[in-house]
Amino acid sequence: MICLGFEGTAHTVGVGIATSEGEILANEKEVYQPDEGGIHPREAAQSHSDNVKEVLDKAVNKANIEPEDIDLISFSQGPGLGSCLRTAATSARALAVWLEVPIIGVNHCISHIEIGRFTENVNDPVTLYVSGGNTQVIAYDSSRYRIFGETLDVAIGNCLDTFARRVGIPHPGGPRLEELAKKSENLIDLPYSVKGMDLSFSGLLTEALRKYEKGASLEDLAYSIQENTFAALVEVTERAVAHTKKDEVMLVGGVAANQRLRQMLDLMSEEHDADFYVPPMEFCADNGAMIAWNGLLAYGAGKRQEIGETRIRQRWRTDEVRVPWRSD
Amino acid sequence: MILTDKIIAKGAEANLILKNFSDLFFPCEEFGEVLIKRRIPKEYRNVELDEDLRDFRTVHEAKLLADAKKAGVSTPLIYRVDRTDMEIIMEYVEGEAIKEILEGFRSSKRKEICLNIGKQIARLHDSGIIHGDLTTSNMIFGEDGNIYFIDFGLGEYNSSTEAKGTDIHLLHRTLNSTHFEVAEESYESVLEGYKKESGVGAEEVIERVKEIERRGRYVKKEER
Repeated sequence: MICLGFEGTAHTVGVGIATSEGEILANEKEVYQPDEGGIHPREAAQSHSDNVKEVLDKAVNKANIEPEDIDLISFSQGPGLGSCLRTAATSARALAVWLEVPIIGVNHCISHIEIGRFTENVNDPVTLYVSGGNTQVIAYDSSRYRIFGETLDVAIGNCLDTFARRVGIPHPGGPRLEELAKKSENLIDLPYSVKGMDLSFSGLLTEALRKYEKGASLEDLAYSIQENTFAALVEVTERAVAHTKKDEVMLVGGVAANQRLRQMLDLMSEEHDADFYVPPMEFCADNGAMIAWNGLLAYGAGKRQEIGETRIRQRWRTDEVRVPWRSD
Repeated sequence: MILTDKIIAKGAEANLILKNFSDLFFPCEEFGEVLIKRRIPKEYRNVELDEDLRDFRTVHEAKLLADAKKAGVSTPLIYRVDRTDMEIIMEYVEGEAIKEILEGFRSSKRKEICLNIGKQIARLHDSGIIHGDLTTSNMIFGEDGNIYFIDFGLGEYNSSTEAKGTDIHLLHRTLNSTHFEVAEESYESVLEGYKKESGVGAEEVIERVKEIERRGRYVKKEER
């Protein structure tokens, strides 16, 4: 069975094609780059709608299939920016109706986990999912992915990007901050905010900006923001590992590109005798292949949807989703 | 004579070690074993940040444990605080974590326990103490029948409705994630106990918990 998946929750419009035998035939995408500032939802959606056909064509060509070979359409139904989600959903519906094949909406966060489990051959990890819009520590228990900790305010990627933007570094600022951080080992005091299993970054962001205005160096601030926020992320992940006693740790999402975060999680995992995994960035960042793969899993487990049930779900939580394809 | 440490638990941030009171202080059989909570360095953290966090948490936790006891909450008695080895040496509470046994009780006993938990949280909050990590792993059903609150490592002094609400929200989350089969009835009883003990102010806090859970990230499907 061949599934074509549309991703479109935020700045990426992606089309992936996967088979139920476990092959990724294509994984094409186009990433919206704002001229200035952060993601403007309406402009991002406009950009997706301009690009989706080309991305779709590329994916079908890359996979070397005919449209008639497609047996199933899946799309990211949520969570995400409404206008972007609607663009992907509309494309998916149109294609499903035209091809007369079933359609399935999948949860974007869970797709990140499932593609990681698939590409890295991971069984049952504690997952740290970090991106511009999401920050969650997730572990499976009794037919659901349960959230063990998450941000109470802004996502870590948003925190890094916003800081960068406010100090004049263009979007996406995370990678630039990582480079700057390498030039410093001087820790500036910033609020460390772990609330039980949850996290909060807005206070740290405000304080870091205040210190920048008072003349602190960008290198020192970049270093301190990373050390501080990543330590908090790793601490919450560590608590979930200790709590669930799972022996695999996985890092997914766009912020997974950061080498320092990887190193810290690796050290933590080692201490708990857990194996640490990061999928290739192609599958870590938002992509269509993960949506296609999740669509196959859901369809294989018997999930069916009518077009009328494919309305987008902007605030669809990870722990609301039943996961029938996992029986453990 | 060299005694190797008897580590009884390796938590996320600290090792728990059992020693005889007599070996540490002075001969006294009555006190039996004591618990040492030693905050271990984390290799993944910047050294400076690591030491700051461990030192702050050690001192702060000891103070919170003592103040909670004053407020009428069952907590272990503290014998010594050591800021060189980052240790709190305290009474060893014999018993089982609520996490392990909550589902095992018959419903009426579970209700009694949850009422008690709610009352004790109210006493903490009424004294301006936020536990900061109200999970069922941090509540011990003691052999004496009391429910002991442990691990104040993430606690703080804060009398704001928001902090109290977040505290209770964390417990709600734990019940939902770890005790989902009995989550709602247990949570209801906790709130009932909280209201009984805390009186009028409790309503505002419970309203705030709902608000925190409504802030988009915690909305259940049927409530949207």
